[in-house]
Amino acid sequence: MRMRMILGMFLCLPATMAVAGDRVYQTPEAFVDEAFHGVPPAASALWLQPQLRTELGDILGHKPALRVRYWGAGSRTAWIFDEIGKTHPITTGVVVNTGAIEDIRVLVFRESRGWEVKHPFFTDQFHDVRLADNQKPDRHLLDRQIDGITGATFSVRSMKRVARAALFLHAHTQTSAGSLAQAR
Amino acid sequence: MRRKQFLLLLTLGLIMRSVGAAELTLDEIWELLQAQQTQITALTEALARTNTRLDTTTNGLVENTRAAAITRQHVAATADYLDDIQTGGGDSKTSLGGYGELHYSRLDADDRARDLTEVDFHRFVMMFGHEFSERVRFFSEFEIEHSFVKDTDDGSNGGEVEIEQAFIEFDLNENHYARAGLFLLPVGILNETHEPPTFYGVERNDVENIIIPSTWWEAGVGTGGRYDTGLSWDFALHSGLAMPTSGSSAFRIRSGRQKVAHASANDLAYTLRVKYTGIPGVELSGSYQHQQDPSQLGNDGLDEGNLLSIHGIWQRGPFTLRALWAQWRFEGSAVAAADVDKQTGWYVEPSVKFRVAQNEWGIYTRYEDLDGARTRDRFEQWELGLNYWPTDNVVLKLDYRNREHAESIDGGRDFKAFDLGFGYHF
Repeated sequence: MRMRMILGMFLCLPATMAVAGDRVYQTPEAFVDEAFHGVPPAASALWLQPQLRTELGDILGHKPALRVRYWGAGSRTAWIFDEIGKTHPITTGVVVNTGAIEDIRVLVFRESRGWEVKHPFFTDQFHDVRLADNQKPDRHLLDRQIDGITGATFSVRSMKRVARAALFLHAHTQTSAGSLAQAR
Repeated sequence: MRRKQFLLLLTLGLIMRSVGAAELTLDEIWELLQAQQTQITALTEALARTNTRLDTTTNGLVENTRAAAITRQHVAATADYLDDIQTGGGDSKTSLGGYGELHYSRLDADDRARDLTEVDFHRFVMMFGHEFSERVRFFSEFEIEHSFVKDTDDGSNGGEVEIEQAFIEFDLNENHYARAGLFLLPVGILNETHEPPTFYGVERNDVENIIIPSTWWEAGVGTGGRYDTGLSWDFALHSGLAMPTSGSSAFRIRSGRQKVAHASANDLAYTLRVKYTGIPGVELSGSYQHQQDPSQLGNDGLDEGNLLSIHGIWQRGPFTLRALWAQWRFEGSAVAAADVDKQTGWYVEPSVKFRVAQNEWGIYTRYEDLDGARTRDRFEQWELGLNYWPTDNVVLKLDYRNREHAESIDGGRDFKAFDLGFGYHF
């Protein structure tokens, strides 16, 4: 009898689905809009020269696209990444200001586990994080330890990779006028 | 008109005056004027030619600018195409992944007849996923165990082909989901997350093998909630165990897994998990499961089963501590008579991770205490080992195990083992 009641409850789920939403916590457009206080700059594209592409590939663990889209104004840039956690891509937004992470958020989460990475108690750890000294052999690592979440290992790794990639790319939009010219 | 005549006379007067000063003749002045006129004409023609060339250049520049814009569009389209090829379609909704592990074990038992040296590709798993929409997704795992499967009359063969997961998950809203299909039960630490790079030890811990029969999947429906506080819950109504009540594996939990293969569904089960992960590096979790009849048969002396499992994980910097306790309580005359109506296991595992150059290393030790259905499943075990991650998703493992059984009848099964292995995930 008890099992039948529980089964009955589950049969009610389709009714709940009628008002269902999804795990799009924020659209990329809204993220960029908010990052630039309602006045987002036009999107730019950073073309990845061979060396840049190789290094970004080392950070992300796969070959990146030929270009990376970003939004930049003054010393701030905003980036949107779709990186696989375990099996599905996690859409993440990152704002970098003068070489440090100002904001990082999970915008769309599609995995069956590891959802905890969306919460501020995890993402707050990234605030003001920079890349470690590039002269050291372990290049492009974060300069601070990020505590993980058990059961969310792959989502945490994805977030760390995205943070490193945003910081790395930000440096290449800011360091020279030549890079900026290529970016446009 | 008069003003022009006046200006001409004035000019001639001035010329005459200067000519007079330079003592030039009128003819010489005329020649000078002719020469200047010739020069003006030449300059005018040169200017016209320059203007023509400028017009041509301007037109060319406009044309080139237009061509450059078209070229940029072509380059961007080419880059889009190449990116699409690289990403398998750009916005492809189907994903592919996998993991696997190879083990080498050398086991020295007190009873030399039980010595064992073997190498085994324990698991080869492919994961397929598909995103039907932003709120409906498919997950699956297809596994071959022990690398070789042979169809034999008596069922004896090298390995198993299994579907460990195949379910559809729906987002009910931002914080709640529902799922249906064949899925891993929300119990313990390893059952849901068991890719080799995520845990220590060549073999998985024994508590999550004997008491929690990982990898443990059932068919059913589930739902859950996840909140900003870090609190979450999962509930599933699913197929149950079909444990044997006689023979050498009587009341052995692991032998009760039906693996959703023509599984008896006379008596269902449900599982509830509550988990807290509100502090980075901390996980506290408890699961309760009720089995309506863990043998799926009435009047066989095994009537009901309840599993309680709790675990905690604390990670701070390079240090991690994991601890898990799980206990089954069964109701029924036969299971009570066999004195296995309570089956318990726990383990504690401290570890430390460190980085050398660009690679991570980890050392750990684990203590386990088991009290299972079979006497061979009642033991204490110390384990010490090393993980080396050349990259995040690849691990090489080495460990040493020392197992001592609780009952003297199994003294010959006591062993010391040395294990090597590697695992990967992508």
